[in-house]
Formats: sequence, C-alpha cells, structure tokens
Amino acid sequence: MNYRIILYIVGWVLNIEAAFMLLPILTGALYGEPDLWAFVVTGALCLAIGGALTFRKPKRQYFYVKEGYVTVSLCWVALSVMGALPFLISGSIPHPIDALFETVSGFTTTGASILPAVEGLPKCILFWRSFTHWIGGMGVLVFLLSLLKLAGGSHMNLMKAESPGPSVTKLLPKVHSTAKILYGIYIAITLLQIVVLLVSGMPLFDAVTTSLGTAGTGGFGIKNDSIASYSPLIQVEVTIFMILFGVNFNAYFLLLLRKWKQAFSNEEVRWYFIIIFAAILLIGWDIRGLYGNLGAAFRHSAFQVGSIITTTGFATTDFNLWPQLSRTVLVLLMFIGACAGSTGGGIKVSRFIILLKSSRKELSQYLHPRQVKKIHMDGKSIDREIIRNVNVFLVVYVLIFAFSMLVLACDGTDLVTNFTAIAATINNIGPGLELVGPSANFGLFSCPAKLVLIFDMLAGRLEIFPLLLLFVRDTWRKF
Amino acid sequence: MKIIIIGCGKVGFALAEGLIQENHDVTIIDSSAERMQGVTEELDAMPVIGNGSSISTLLEAGATDADLVIAVTGSDELNLLCCLIAKKQWNCHTVARVRNPVYNQEIELIKQSLGISMIINPELAASAEIARLLRFPSAIKIDTFAKGRVELLKFRLLPEFKLNQITIADLPRHAKCDVLVAGVERGENAHIPNGNFVLQDGDLITIIASPKNAAAFFRNIGLKTNQVKNCIIVGGGTIAVYLARQLLEMKIRVVIIERNEHRCQELNEYLPEATIIHGDGTNKKLLMEENLEGAEAFVTLTNMDEENIMLSLFARKISKAKLITKVNRMSFDNILDQLDLGSIIYPKYITADYILQYGRAMQNSIGSNVETLYHILDNKAEALEFCILKNSPVVDIPLKDLRLKRNLLLGCIHRKGKVIIPRGNDSIQVGDTVVVVTTQKGLDDIQDILEK
Repeated sequence: MNYRIILYIVGWVLNIEAAFMLLPILTGALYGEPDLWAFVVTGALCLAIGGALTFRKPKRQYFYVKEGYVTVSLCWVALSVMGALPFLISGSIPHPIDALFETVSGFTTTGASILPAVEGLPKCILFWRSFTHWIGGMGVLVFLLSLLKLAGGSHMNLMKAESPGPSVTKLLPKVHSTAKILYGIYIAITLLQIVVLLVSGMPLFDAVTTSLGTAGTGGFGIKNDSIASYSPLIQVEVTIFMILFGVNFNAYFLLLLRKWKQAFSNEEVRWYFIIIFAAILLIGWDIRGLYGNLGAAFRHSAFQVGSIITTTGFATTDFNLWPQLSRTVLVLLMFIGACAGSTGGGIKVSRFIILLKSSRKELSQYLHPRQVKKIHMDGKSIDREIIRNVNVFLVVYVLIFAFSMLVLACDGTDLVTNFTAIAATINNIGPGLELVGPSANFGLFSCPAKLVLIFDMLAGRLEIFPLLLLFVRDTWRKF
Repeated sequence: MKIIIIGCGKVGFALAEGLIQENHDVTIIDSSAERMQGVTEELDAMPVIGNGSSISTLLEAGATDADLVIAVTGSDELNLLCCLIAKKQWNCHTVARVRNPVYNQEIELIKQSLGISMIINPELAASAEIARLLRFPSAIKIDTFAKGRVELLKFRLLPEFKLNQITIADLPRHAKCDVLVAGVERGENAHIPNGNFVLQDGDLITIIASPKNAAAFFRNIGLKTNQVKNCIIVGGGTIAVYLARQLLEMKIRVVIIERNEHRCQELNEYLPEATIIHGDGTNKKLLMEENLEGAEAFVTLTNMDEENIMLSLFARKISKAKLITKVNRMSFDNILDQLDLGSIIYPKYITADYILQYGRAMQNSIGSNVETLYHILDNKAEALEFCILKNSPVVDIPLKDLRLKRNLLLGCIHRKGKVIIPRGNDSIQVGDTVVVVTTQKGLDDIQDILEK
C-alpha cells in the first residue's frame, strides 16, 4: 500500500474543500451574517492540513486498484468530517454526530436531515447544505481528476471507485478530459436550471440552492415544507430537472457529439423513462381523489416519482398520507434508483436490467440445460465478471440492510419507519415513511442508529465495496 | 558396488556423475539412443539402450549381480515397475523416483508392499529444503546432521557484521559464541580454513553449529534470524504446492502467482488458505500490486531458469525479501553465484544427493559407515557424517595428535545428544557421530581421514 500517495490525494481533496468554502463565505458576506467565520476557520484548517499533505509530491506515484478504493473511501470520510465543522462552530447543529449526519447526508446526496426546522438558519449555512449535494453529486475526486494529473493509468482506479454503476465507460481517451467533460455538462445543466427557475419567479437564493440540490440529486430544501410552497410551474420545472439529472451523463455527451441514435438507443435510459412513466400513471390514478383535479394529482405524482427514483428527496406534499398502493410503489422506486453514471443513488436501473436478464437466462437454462447463452445489453454481451459483481453487490447490499435493521430496531421505532429510514439512506434519497416521512426528520434516532445510518449513506454513495474495504484487515497489512 | 540407473534425464545424469566419482560401477539404461550418445561421451559408465522394465534389457545391463537399481525415468509407474521387477527377480536394493502427489500420500504403503528400499520425491525434497531456508532466512544454504541436532549453514559475510580481517581463531571471541568455520568461498576458490585464515567481507562462509548456537551466533554478529512471515511464490508447479503446504503450516502467508488459469483453479482447490493470483509473474505491475516491496520472501519456481533469475534480480533491487531461485538446467554456477540471487535451489542436485546418501548408507553395511553426505562449497567439498561403531585407529586419541589429511576438518562430534565443537584436546569415542568436511572425495570410513 502506497500510503504517501493516498495521503497526498486526501490532501488535495481537503485543499479543494477549502476552495469550496469560499462560496458560503461569499454568501455570508453578501447577507452580512457573522456565521461566515465558521467557514473561514474550517477553510483555513482544511488548507493547513491539505497544504501539509500536498507540500511535497510523493516520489513513488504507483497507484493500483487497492489504493484507488482506499483513497476514495478515505477522501469521503475526510471530506465529511471537515464539512461538519461549520455546523458545529456556528452552533447551528450543536451535537457532533448530528453535524456529521447532516454533512454525510449532504455529500452523499441523501438529503435526510436531523433538523426539525431549517427556515431560521443563516443563509450561508443553508447554502453550504445545498452546496455539499452539488459537490458530492458528481464526486469530488472526479473534480480532482479534472484538475490534477497523476502518473500512469492510476486515474481510472479512482474514477472506477467513485462513479456509480456496475461499469465505467470513458468518454474520451484521457480520464483527465473525461472528468472535465462530465463536470462541464454538470455545471451547464445546473446553470440552466438556475436561469429557468429565476425566470419562473423564484428568488435568487432559493433558485440557486434548489438547483444545487437538484443537480446532485440531494434533497435538502431551504423551506420546512421543501418545494410545496412554490408555484405549480416551478414544481413541474424541478420535476423535469430532477429526472434529467438521473440520466446517464454519457447520453448527454453523445448528444453533444450529435450521435442522436446512440444516445436514444441506450437500454438503461429507455427503461428508466418507462419505469418513471408507468409509476406516474399508477400513482396519479391512485391519488386522483386527494387533490380535487386530475392535473394536480398527476403533478404531485410526477414530482414524487421523479424525486424518489432519482433519489433526490424533495417533496411537494406529504406522501406519507397517500394510499398504501402509492406508498408501496414509492418504496419500490427507492430501491431501483437512477441510471448508472448519473448523480443519483440506489441500486441503479442497469443493475436491475442485468439481474432480470440473468434470471431469464437461468430459467431458459432449465429448459435447455446445455444451452450456451450470453447476456446482452445495448447490443454488446456483458462480461461474466460484471454479472458476478452485480450478484454479489445485491447480496452484500441485503446483508448490510438486514444488519442496519437490527441496530435500528434497538431504538424501538416501528418497522415501517426503520425499513424506510434505511432504504432512504442507503439509496441516498432522504425522506422515508411514517416517523421519517417528508414532514418529519431523522432527529429521533439514537447515536448508534445515526452512526449506522451514516455508514449506510456512505456505503450507498460509494457502492458498498470501497467502504467495506476499509474494514478488511488485509487492506492495512503491510503485506 | 554395481549400480544400474534407469533413465538418463537431468537427475540420472547428475546421479551417475556422483556415483562414478565414488568409484562405483555404473550402468545406465535409457530408451533414447540420442541421449545415450551424450552419456558415452561424458561419463565413464556403461550405456544400455532399451526399456528399463524389460527383463532382457535389465539382464543385458547386468542385473543379476547388481547391488542397487535406481529408477529415475520421467514416469512414476515405469519407475515403480522397474524396481518391482528388479526386486522380485534378483532381490536388488531399489530406489524409485515418484513425484505424483496422489501416490505421495500413500508412499509408505507402496514402499512396503512393493519391497522398494527408498522412494524419492524430488519436488517434496526441494520444497523441504526451501521451507528450511525460509525458517531461517539469513542462511543461504542449510544442511542438517545428527537428525537435526547439528546444522551446516552458509551465509555471506557483510560489512555490517564487522568481521572483516579477522582470523578464524579470533572469531569465537568476536562473536561471543562457539561455532566452527567449515569452509570459505572467495571468488572461485573454496578453502577449508585453519586458525590463521583471515576473513574478508563478501566471503561465503559455511559454519557448523547446533541450531541454538547458530541462532546465537547470528544474533551476536547482527544478522536477522526471524522466520519470514509472508512469501510470494512465482510459478504454481508441484514444488509450489508442497512448499505452500509446509509454509501455511508454519503460519506463513502465501501468495502464488501462476500464469495458467486452469492451474490456478487447481491450486485453489489444493491450497484454500493461500492467495492464488492468476497472472504473468514477469509482469512488473502485477508484482508491485501484490506488494513485492513488502514481501519478506520471494521464491521463483517457474520452469524457465532465465525467468527465475530475472525475477530474483528484480526483487533484489526493489525489496529486502529473502530470495530463493530455482535453477533446473543452467550449468553456469560460477556466474550465478556472482549475481547475488540469494539461495539457489537445484532440484536435480537435491535428488541426486538424497540417492547418493542412500548409496553410502548401503555401503555402510558392507564396509563404509557414512550416515549422511552433503555437497558443500559449490560442490567442491563434501560434508560427511560418520558413525563410530567399533574401535579404530582414530578412537581415544587427542585430535592434535592425529595426522589428518590436508584440506580436511573435523567439524563436530555428537555424543549422546550433546554437540561438541572439537578442540585439540578432544578425542573421538565409540558411539559418537562425527561430521567431517573435506575436499577429498570418496571417503568411506572414519579411518580415511588419516594421512596414509
């Protein structure tokens, strides 16, 4: 294990975090809030640690798969711990574990909050909450890769570890330029959303924070009732942008290259839209009586479906009060999640496609035991390794889920609350049902339960294995 | 003795060489006329072309009055069959080479029911030797006498031991410990030193001591003596399997790198606890990824000698690992020694040594009484263990009064479980076992150590 290079990269991530702190400082200065000092102090601390770690470039720059995964996990832990400091220093969240929960929830684009009311908080703190979504959405290491040049093919090991989905495709020959393009698309769509929301009459601060939350598929709102108090037009616009951020970014790149056919023939994206469409119809029909007219019912249905499947977690209404069928559909959508290569979480549509196809293959294997058959996606056959990885991913996912259930059950909360709380955190969504529904928060859990949920959020965002690697003894052994 | 060797491969050839040097009458049987051509040119032995399991061929080779039949062809079954025929037909002593691990598990049964005197498994023997080296990584080569109570250890004198320009006589004072220097290799020369011999940095030194004393000696001069904790093995052949099994038993973590994917699956079945890596051992990135830099031992066991040597040189450059290099057929020993490849293992010599030992022991019943024999100092000298069974001209006389041959050294006396490093006033008693180091080959009896 090359510890020097790992610390070097962690150092750079802290440097970048320090740079990101400038934006909340600016916000604080604009609104004349004294809380901006919390960010100045944290930023200085990040810079001091980061500067010390990056002072000298390590001589040995080799970097293998193992180092890649460990680096990514450690970076996320470091990022979260430092990111929690402004909440603590400013006194907005007095308890350290609560502050960590809120920050991890931000960076992992979960959007589960422990705060009962957010409207009274300083603007710079609110901005930082939403901004963590934006940073975590595309990944801070991908950002780092677009700036920093390391030796050899080591970039791909970092990218592989941080990007969601069963496999990573490079858009361009160089990882460096791939990362730049991804962030370019990301920034462009975010700016587009800010402009659209401004034009529709949203105040500037609201438009910026909402867009940052949507882009990262996060879900921290700046209002106690999330998006409910904005006009229907704004709600529809947010719905559309949420769904757009859940699409595989490769598709946007193909659109940029004017390869229309390739962009639209992506099997995962097609199924993503089919699922969304079906869910909207089903729920819209189910709740038609609740909102007076069909239009409003479908608007709410579309918003909630988009919010849940992209794992954003905004809400325009308290869907905890919906009929059982609609609630069940939403819970199922939580697990499906967005497309691979998007900013969303969950198990990912592509994994489900692979799982379903391999189940079908298994069935046909019963009919023709000696049949040779490969699983295809987008016209290409899928490597056995990827199928195996997906299967194991699902098993470990279920195991972690079960373990978390056990820990949460010690608190004595009811089964639906616990189940949806874990589903909402491990899939990086935010609100669950019952006691953790859209109108409630996660403050009710005890410290051990919160720690488990923090673990779940990180595991969900990093797709489990990189994080688990930190707990394997062999990782840390010298040999 | 009259000895028949069946099969003239690498081992057969080395074996014949050794036996001829000891003045035995050797007949070699092999089916390949081409190979036998080389035998007639290089060895003073009788060549017979034919199938060693056929009675007529054996008769042609003189099996009727042979003392020992050694079967070392490539096929286990053929070797066993040859031995069986020789045993049942002419009641010869027989030695068979059997390397299949499947037979290895029931080897004692096979030995008994077929009446074979000795079965040798070259891979197992080689792996045992490697495991011994890994248990005691400071030594380049370790041989044992008196059932492990006496060890012969070879190591390189490094500047940090501060033993440069010290005479052998002063060594015990400097090392604060009783050991005897049995041999010194400097450049291409091998010496059996006397007390006035001056040591130099870079010498390869062979010492005789009990394991406890050896450990104390190495500790005092500042050489690390801890057993290694982990080991990378390149090449997943039979030796690797035997070796990994022994290492895992010693709680050493094992990583095996093997090129053939199917073989990897097999290895994983044989050795569930070892980490099996499918990949090319000569891939630098793969080695770095498996943390060669942090490895404490690196054993190259591929079938390509050149590859083994390259890998060891690379490992020497980037890591501090104990290196063990397997060399099958290269005969450039003097060049290999200069390359600093750590311990070099020659499976063919190990097998030949084992069988030669048996030959000596057999002769013991006829006249000689050599218990064990090792080739040391790069094959330029031998270390022999004698049993003193009866009275002889060497018994009960202080060593300083014995007229020993030149280039001959009494290494140690083992008496009733006690190891004595002999000084001038000690004497040999009946019942002792004595280790003798000499460049004069072909010693048969303890009397032979005296100048005639």
